[in-house]
Amino acid sequence: MSDDDEGGHSRRGLLKCMTWAGTGLVWSLAGGVPASIGLEAAAATRKARGFSFVQISDSHIGFAKAANPDARATFREAVAKIAAMPDRPAFILHTGDVSQLSKDQEFDDAEQILNGAGLPVFWIPGEHDLLDEGNGKAFLDRFGKGTKGAGWYSFDHGGVHFVALINVQNLKAGGMGSLGSDQLAWLKDDLAGRSASTPIVVLAHIPLWALYPQWGWGTDDAAQALALLARFGSVTVLNGHIHQIQQKVEGRVSFHTAMSTAFPQPAPGTPNASPGPMTVPADQLRGVLGVREVNFIPGRHALPIVDQTLAA
Amino acid sequence: MSPKTLAKRAATVGAFAFLALGVARAAAPGSAVSIDNFTFNPAPIVVSAGSTVTWTNNDDVPHTVRADDASFHSAALDTGDSFKFVFTKPGVYSYFCSIHPKMVGKVIVR
Repeated sequence: MSDDDEGGHSRRGLLKCMTWAGTGLVWSLAGGVPASIGLEAAAATRKARGFSFVQISDSHIGFAKAANPDARATFREAVAKIAAMPDRPAFILHTGDVSQLSKDQEFDDAEQILNGAGLPVFWIPGEHDLLDEGNGKAFLDRFGKGTKGAGWYSFDHGGVHFVALINVQNLKAGGMGSLGSDQLAWLKDDLAGRSASTPIVVLAHIPLWALYPQWGWGTDDAAQALALLARFGSVTVLNGHIHQIQQKVEGRVSFHTAMSTAFPQPAPGTPNASPGPMTVPADQLRGVLGVREVNFIPGRHALPIVDQTLAA
Repeated sequence: MSPKTLAKRAATVGAFAFLALGVARAAAPGSAVSIDNFTFNPAPIVVSAGSTVTWTNNDDVPHTVRADDASFHSAALDTGDSFKFVFTKPGVYSYFCSIHPKMVGKVIVR
């Protein structure tokens, strides 16, 4: 949680958050400011809300090194958390790095394990999912049916417009994530004619804000996408890639990165570190891996979020 | 300070010395490039025409070697994997990791 969130309650309005009882439910938020409202209020919130969905990210199926000897096992545990959620989520969004090396067996296992939750799944690739000879063809053939370009798409659910963007394709030397002009043109068309009161949820693997450019944690042409989104009253951006929770609110746009289900990475700018797997003591690993539940409450701009670790 | 950190600092000092001497007079320490901690090392490597440059990934994440002009590119290199390319013509060849594009390097062929 960044320091600049201090005092955000009044400034940003309606930034009520809940902290659920029990370890592992890290916090939920709407705008980045945590505040306990207790279980009763949480239950009331559940009643009032429209629906919930789940974000899962960076499963890196196939990864089997010191930071996590068995990424399949922790992915299975994450899926069990989803299946056990008291309110059935409408669907699951996987925000990329499904696999470690884009191998068929890795995609196969990821798909089978995640389908175990018994919910519809929407996928976008991370850079690890484009490592086949076809530069992402294996991923798109399996998970990207009906998508455009490098795999972008949009859909509507319960009055919310979901936009899935791809920012891991055609990366340039020295650069960060990239959306590209074709995708930006598509986004412009996709948003055109939609009411500014339509809540928007944007998915992209690499963060859409300059979280730590020195490590490539940002997207070079994100500003152009955000300009297209600026007229909407509620925009929630869900990213993966950095294997930890970071968040930021800019005007009516809230940005959230998610935990991985495979391994953690260092905090941005950690001295002598690099943006790769971070090994923590084995008994602490499940405390830094997890899944995210996002709630949509009609009439509220912010979408309350609950991040749940595997240690719960 | 860990031995790894010391080695890195030494490598950094070495790299500055290398630049200070001028690329032309500094002899490249062979034609091997190690990929370690999200860096190509050495990032600029000088070889003579006809040399084979070998990149080896020592990180626990996959990397690639891709020329900026796409004239050469490796498959994904997992831990311990190598990629070789023969540079026949003098010139400066800039490349990067297409997965982590902040990682950049150069092969200077004399």
